[in-house]
Amino acid sequence: MTVPAIRAEAARLLAHFTSQGAQPFETGILQPAETLLDLYGEDIRARAYTTQDPQRGEMMLRPDFTVPLVQWHMENGADPARYAYAGEVFRRQEDHPDRPTEYLQIGFEIFDGSDPAQADAEAFATIRDALGPLTPSTGDLGILTAAIDGLATTDARKQALKRHIWRPARFRALLARYSAETPAREAIRSEAPLIGKRSAAEIDARHAALAEEAQTPALTPQDRSTLDAILALRDTSPAALAALRHLANRTPHLAPAADRLEARLDALAALGVDPTCLPFQTTFGRTLLEYYDGFVFGLAPGPGHQPVATGGRYDALTRLLGRGRALPAVGGVIRPDLALEAAR
Amino acid sequence: MTLKLGIPSKGRLMADTMDWFPTRGITLEKTGADREYAARAVGIEGLDLLLLSASEIPRELARGRLHFGVTGTDLIHERLAPVEAFVAEEAKLGFGQADLILAVPMAWTDVRTAHDLDAVAAQFRAAHGHRLRIATKYHRLTRAWLKEQGVADYQIVDSQGATEGTVAAETAEAIADITSTGETLTANHLRPLDEPPILQSQATLWRSLTAMLSDEEQAALDRFRVKLGL
Repeated sequence: MTVPAIRAEAARLLAHFTSQGAQPFETGILQPAETLLDLYGEDIRARAYTTQDPQRGEMMLRPDFTVPLVQWHMENGADPARYAYAGEVFRRQEDHPDRPTEYLQIGFEIFDGSDPAQADAEAFATIRDALGPLTPSTGDLGILTAAIDGLATTDARKQALKRHIWRPARFRALLARYSAETPAREAIRSEAPLIGKRSAAEIDARHAALAEEAQTPALTPQDRSTLDAILALRDTSPAALAALRHLANRTPHLAPAADRLEARLDALAALGVDPTCLPFQTTFGRTLLEYYDGFVFGLAPGPGHQPVATGGRYDALTRLLGRGRALPAVGGVIRPDLALEAAR
Repeated sequence: MTLKLGIPSKGRLMADTMDWFPTRGITLEKTGADREYAARAVGIEGLDLLLLSASEIPRELARGRLHFGVTGTDLIHERLAPVEAFVAEEAKLGFGQADLILAVPMAWTDVRTAHDLDAVAAQFRAAHGHRLRIATKYHRLTRAWLKEQGVADYQIVDSQGATEGTVAAETAEAIADITSTGETLTANHLRPLDEPPILQSQATLWRSLTAMLSDEEQAALDRFRVKLGL
């Protein structure tokens, strides 16, 4: 695939999205590292290029457009808004040396809280319609969050599970831990001098939390089986909705999540997307960098292929960037090089 | 051209390396003035001996400018990825043993495992408004280990020396560093987690997989490996 062909495809996609009413967005290739680090943590360092500037401090080669776009919109934008952008993004590929470290990315993002199901459907349909025929995948991490909220356990355990939704191995380890009795641990005191910023009160608080942990009963077999069923849910969208409704009978916390899925499927059908042709897997998109927390989707040439497009809802990310101010947002990105390859 | 062997230029690691080769029939001699970084190998033909900083030997091996090099497993694994694309391990030399470990203040009696550290990282971030800082010069190894253990809400801060002092200086909350006896940790009121070390390191002889070899150099390489009994 030649570079001019990829650039032409990127230009075509950008023009397509702006013709649909999206406002073009531009931002620098060098981005301040601090915000990105604060959001994504050390994971981003292993996946983005960092560089040092004596005046500006640590900078990063743009790993995505989402963060600068959300910041720009919060400062200057008016709700509702739709944006499109195109430009290079840079990702380190230590685990996949064969993948490119620099590529073009085209994005389409919707900031509109009035009807989330409608916005989800619009984001998916707009991106799908911009591309040739591809195999879709969908998921919804909001269902997993709802299932955690429905567990008969302490808030501490629910928080810990939610904190690790995007780390599947750690999540499984926590579930295993919470599914057994927790052995009590003696709160020993140390004669060693306390050094560093962490205070004695914080150490005491953690010992109290450990004591509470030891008193917390294991997850009930029913809770565990509901959660396992949610994690394993993989079917066509209408069948997944039916399974979720069935689970909601014994776990009422799941009912609003099922309602959201149903509203989304209705909105998709209204836009010409047949839900029976839409595979659904609750945990799809769990390990993407973007930390989607609701509807998630991908479009690929076939199973096992690298996706041409990925997207989803990222309300939690905007809440973090907005210091608590909620800003419902959904969107997706396309790799024009992979789009051309898939179309051949 | 001749075959190039790089060995550490300073300290205990250099002395132990100089002592190891004669046991295999190759004598390494310093030449020139006392402070001059020059040396030669006796007992084998066509081998050039170069004295280099142990931390630069991984890079020189990876770029193929050294055919062989002696340095620690820790530095090879920190600097090269994937290791097997650049170097092959030829012999463990049996000295320079040290563990890369993660240590926290002894007073943190609630922290024994990586699971505890993760829970404390979440608590610390909520209380202090920034991530729990881990001082180290082993950024990649520490990050990979913490990822594998599922620890979140931490931040690596670079520390190129006196790492054990960073917690008392309040520039970090924990450290990841190489230790052999643990005395420096104890003296600084720190204690390793009750987990297997992030990495067990020792001085090792490495062969570059990227260095080009002339027929002459290939012959010297074969002689060298036979002499060492590899």
